[in-house]
Amino acid sequence: MAGTLLFSQFMGGLTTAMFLFLIASGLSLVFGVMRVINFAHGSFYMLGAYLAWQGMAWLDPWVGGFWIATLFAATSVALLGAIVERLFFRSLYGREELYQLLFTYALVLILGDVAKFLWGTGQISVSTPPSLSGSIEIFGTTQPLYNLFVLAIGPAIAFCGWLVLNRTGIGRMVRAAQMDREMLDALGANVGTIYTGMFVISAFFAGLSGALITPIQSIVPGMDVLIIVQAFIVVVIGGMGSLWGTFWGSVIYGQVLSFGILIFPSFSLFSVFALMAVILIVRPWGLFGKPLL
Amino acid sequence: MSARRVPWTLIVFLVAATVPWVGSRYDTFLAEQIAIDALFAVSLNLLLGTTGLVSFGHVAYFGVGAYVCGILMKTYELPFVVAFPAAGLGTAAFALVSGYFCVRLIKLYFAMLTLAFSQIVWAICYKWNDMTGGDQGLPEIPYPNLDWMSSIPGLGDLRINDQFYLFSLVLIAISLAVLQRIVRSPFGRVLTTIRDNPERAAFIGINVRAYQLAAFVVAGTFAGFAGALYGIFSRGVFADYVFWSKSAEVMIMAILGGMDFFWGPPVGALALVWLNQEITDVTQYWPFVLGTILLVLLFAFPGGIVGGVHALWIRTRGKDRA
Repeated sequence: MAGTLLFSQFMGGLTTAMFLFLIASGLSLVFGVMRVINFAHGSFYMLGAYLAWQGMAWLDPWVGGFWIATLFAATSVALLGAIVERLFFRSLYGREELYQLLFTYALVLILGDVAKFLWGTGQISVSTPPSLSGSIEIFGTTQPLYNLFVLAIGPAIAFCGWLVLNRTGIGRMVRAAQMDREMLDALGANVGTIYTGMFVISAFFAGLSGALITPIQSIVPGMDVLIIVQAFIVVVIGGMGSLWGTFWGSVIYGQVLSFGILIFPSFSLFSVFALMAVILIVRPWGLFGKPLL
Repeated sequence: MSARRVPWTLIVFLVAATVPWVGSRYDTFLAEQIAIDALFAVSLNLLLGTTGLVSFGHVAYFGVGAYVCGILMKTYELPFVVAFPAAGLGTAAFALVSGYFCVRLIKLYFAMLTLAFSQIVWAICYKWNDMTGGDQGLPEIPYPNLDWMSSIPGLGDLRINDQFYLFSLVLIAISLAVLQRIVRSPFGRVLTTIRDNPERAAFIGINVRAYQLAAFVVAGTFAGFAGALYGIFSRGVFADYVFWSKSAEVMIMAILGGMDFFWGPPVGALALVWLNQEITDVTQYWPFVLGTILLVLLFAFPGGIVGGVHALWIRTRGKDRA
């Protein structure tokens, strides 16, 4: 009995973790390359969720609608990311962090209201795609197929990301941009394009994770500012700029939250923020990151 | 250095003090909101503009001040003269401990750690039902005993909220005067040196972290005073006050007014509270307007309102800045 409970907490924590990984990986990527903390990442995630619902509504009677809507949502958010980077963000690279932070916060305010204007303030929910609507029994617990699908997608994306970063020419450029962007620029690489590309990929994953979470959580205004703080925690624990760090950071976060609720119900929120603070104090570059020079 | 210095604090105080007589009850409400926000924003600007530290968790100190004062006055029924200084002391102690860790980090890591501390405060306020009222908050915080004000000629027939407004205006004016002295003192000059070039400051023998920590504690303490007044003014303290987005709001006030000037943040507070009031009459999409204002500021007027006026003044007068 106790084992079943522990296992179901463990699985719950893992599902939370994989979603957070999807969201936080983009945040971490942008930080690693551009040294920018993007508050609007949560807004991209929220727009992904709303756009997925919108896509479903347009495609309504069609069975495969969820997957197309998801792709549509992620692509639209990526496009928005491209516009934001090219039109605005670009001119802030040389400025102080304060201006960059506040710019991304201005986006949070604006996009939050745009979502309210377009989709209202009520709760919206999306049903699970029929192909994944069942559930199976593992160790006496019922696990929805959809959650298992999410559990599989997280490591898959982490692995693909690692492959691209470490085994391809593009990945080498990105890593070079992380280390020394001026030198890369001097060597004739087009750093501007790399930045736009990183921002677009990061927005794509934010939109994708927003779309994918809709069958599990209903879409509400305010989900943007709630998720962004969680994503910050994950990125800080793992190490800003490190992909595997973000992965393990998510796993740690998910488990601390999940078992924290079991042990001290009212202090699980406290414990994750405390964990973030402790890591920043002891090892500001995170468990898996490298110190910045 | 300009030869003659206008006593702005006194002038603003005197003008603001007439509001209960010349304005409506609602005007007094707005004026008090502006005054408290002004103190809060000036305290943040000691870090942001003077010392060059981007704190994304300044609301934590505002919140600690509000909760300490509120809990002492409501739950323990202590008088304001005890609760208010205790709120300052409590906030200073918390700022000392959290700041000790924060100032050891640079730039974005500093911002993240301040954010983490403020969310820790939020999580505690939100969940510690016995002490803070949890998500229900702490409603009905009593007004301080202001009977003595009634014996002052001219103030006797004012309502209690008008009396509290005048009373807090005095406290805020004193706090602003103290903060202004701090910014213009040799200590304040060292903070500006650190902002401009920390390495060079360290080379000439300045203990950079100690100065940053001192600025952090002073800024936190005055934010705590602002919070304590706000709790009484709004008749309650709620966990929402401590959520991280409030830190961004006060930061926008400081920047809207102009971080490079002592009177920038109060001007920003005035502009933002007034705008909020005008715009929420027309539309519910205040955040959208705020975000747009912020965009315009960042791209077109990074110096804020006071910075813009100052630049215009210099251009028309052809006079150099002091």
